[in-house]
Amino acid sequence: MHVLPYLVATYVLLVGCYGLATSRNLIHAVGCLAVCQSATYVLLLAVGYRDGGTAPVFSDVRPGSRPVVDPVVQALTLTDIVVGATVTALLLALTVQISKRHGTVDPDELRELRG
Amino acid sequence: MRHLLPLLPAVPLLGAGLLVAGGRHVPRPAAEAFGSLVSATTAALAVVLLLNSSPPLVEWVGDWFPGNGGSVGIVVTGDGASLGMAALVSLLTLAALAYSWYYFDEPPRGHAGSYPALMLLFQGGMCGFAIAGDLFNAFVFFELMGVAAYALTGYRIDEAKAVQGGLSFALVNSLGAYFMLMGVALLYARTGELAMARIGHGLDQAAGQHGPDALTLAGFVLFLTGLLVKAAAVPFQFWLPDAHAVAPTPVCMLLSGVMVELGVYGVWRVYGTVFSGPGGIPAADFTRALVVLGVLTGAVGAVMCWYQRHIKRLLAFSTIGHTGLFLVGIGVLKAEADDGTALYLLGHAGVKAALFACAGILLDRYGSVDEFSLHGRARRLRLVGAMFAIGGLALAGLPPFGTGLGKAVAEEAVGGPLTVLYVAVSALTGAAVLRVAARVFLGLGPQPEEHRGEERDEDKTSGSGEEPETRQRLDKVPHTMRAVPAVLLLAALAVGAVPGFAGVVGHAVDEAGSWGGFSSVEWTATGVLLDLLSTLLAVGLAAVAVTRPQLLGAPGWALPLRRLQSGHVGDYVAWLLVGTALLGALALPGVLG
Repeated sequence: MHVLPYLVATYVLLVGCYGLATSRNLIHAVGCLAVCQSATYVLLLAVGYRDGGTAPVFSDVRPGSRPVVDPVVQALTLTDIVVGATVTALLLALTVQISKRHGTVDPDELRELRG
Repeated sequence: MRHLLPLLPAVPLLGAGLLVAGGRHVPRPAAEAFGSLVSATTAALAVVLLLNSSPPLVEWVGDWFPGNGGSVGIVVTGDGASLGMAALVSLLTLAALAYSWYYFDEPPRGHAGSYPALMLLFQGGMCGFAIAGDLFNAFVFFELMGVAAYALTGYRIDEAKAVQGGLSFALVNSLGAYFMLMGVALLYARTGELAMARIGHGLDQAAGQHGPDALTLAGFVLFLTGLLVKAAAVPFQFWLPDAHAVAPTPVCMLLSGVMVELGVYGVWRVYGTVFSGPGGIPAADFTRALVVLGVLTGAVGAVMCWYQRHIKRLLAFSTIGHTGLFLVGIGVLKAEADDGTALYLLGHAGVKAALFACAGILLDRYGSVDEFSLHGRARRLRLVGAMFAIGGLALAGLPPFGTGLGKAVAEEAVGGPLTVLYVAVSALTGAAVLRVAARVFLGLGPQPEEHRGEERDEDKTSGSGEEPETRQRLDKVPHTMRAVPAVLLLAALAVGAVPGFAGVVGHAVDEAGSWGGFSSVEWTATGVLLDLLSTLLAVGLAAVAVTRPQLLGAPGWALPLRRLQSGHVGDYVAWLLVGTALLGALALPGVLG
């Protein structure tokens, strides 16, 4: 088992969260959220990796002749990417609208809702 | 019958697709009637399935049954709890669609279908989450209901506050969902399964005699973080008041009435089927984590609720307070507490949706939801005022409302000092609502002053000068907007008052849970006395607050708590990380020992 991919996934998640917490621009914040999501891709693919494995496509590989990586996590990753695209598109649309109505995309200046 | 289960999310999703595709060619009433029809069909389907859910239904979609070695299919479960939630979701969506019949500006030409389509998408996502039997689909439907909710929160895109609240809501909840997916990946890595029950078996086998290890704990903490963000547990709760204060009122009815509670339901479902075995998280650790977070949530929600003057924010904080009680209820791991929490949740959904509906009438009639500036202005809305006051009493636990019965049963099961929390939180949130009712609808007491003590202008959201959500300011309240809260209050009353209903709910929850036995659920003398105590406390507090405002004004120690609600999305993300670490620390001893 390789530890590196798991460390990378943790690092990417935490660095994305750091970016979100300290962001001075909402477009940057949406990007940071996408970074956090990339951590889930790395983790899922690392979970499904097999040493010496190849792609789980059996058109030119005889089943059982050599190890293949886990196709389930790849399906999960693809679904995850679709979900992420939807969320990012919606968030950017909201950001455009915030920029129009408030004249700023700096979270430090958007503080009407409090208390 | 089990083959019908996947239709619960499929019918509303298909209806939403048709509305988006065909909505540009039909007039608005046709689009909304079609949306209501699809929603009602789903509700009927959920109720029919619910009536046939004993013994529980399990469907492997497309007949991909688990074969030798593992399962690859999608599994949906239809037991009393999951179908009960799906039925609640569908009925409440129908109520919200009926309430919004005369609502909103005329949509832009060609977009008549977009609002009902989003509501159906929301309904489909919530139904799918309720019946999901595997963790990955739970994540997908979690995100689907999330995305629909973000879009609905920012539906009035010309409102500066609405888009801002929608964005905080979306950022925090999506981050929570990605934490949840990390947890799913870790659990899949350990067991090679995605179906909840099979992951539970896998964890028990992998752990053997050693008990849970760090990986199980990490999976548990990450998955629960996502659910607790949705359930608005402290310190994950900051997004909720911002979203509820700005979302259109019919959407608030759904957000507060059922979406937040789905987070609690998810915690109950996942712990019961995945983590309750010997390879999962020990019961003592789960109880410690949920009771600590639940007590914090209840206390923070109730205190913040009391000091709000923005009526929709006040109701949002009372939802947080009650969520704390639900978390304590499922956290103590007793069959009676689960039954009580289920009844409490049903009653709360009706009462809270009705209160939001009344607040929406104020907003559309007077263009304000500020308790101070509305003082005495709504005297003529007698019926709405009466419903608002009854809602406040029901929130405090007045028998025989469903909230009162659920609270009484849960109180008796948790026992000890936690009973005090139940009485205090319900009394304080009920009192805040009654205070608003007395000031706004009766004009009692002196007009409250703008500034009190050290409070600064930027410490609060007042709620005056809001734009009405209807086409123009209402002169006459439409019948639908008055009928919907009345029906919802009657439903909440029926949950507690119809003989035998509580027993049926308790039986369904026990059968779906992992207790193996059945407990009896009924009114007891102690329960009625405690309910009356909290109701009297609420009336007394409200009376003191209205007649002698200076006695119960915001004390110095409440201000730092209010300043934490800073409106800054970066702060909310930081709190989310703190909460994840706290959850891990609370559940850690079982893994070490």
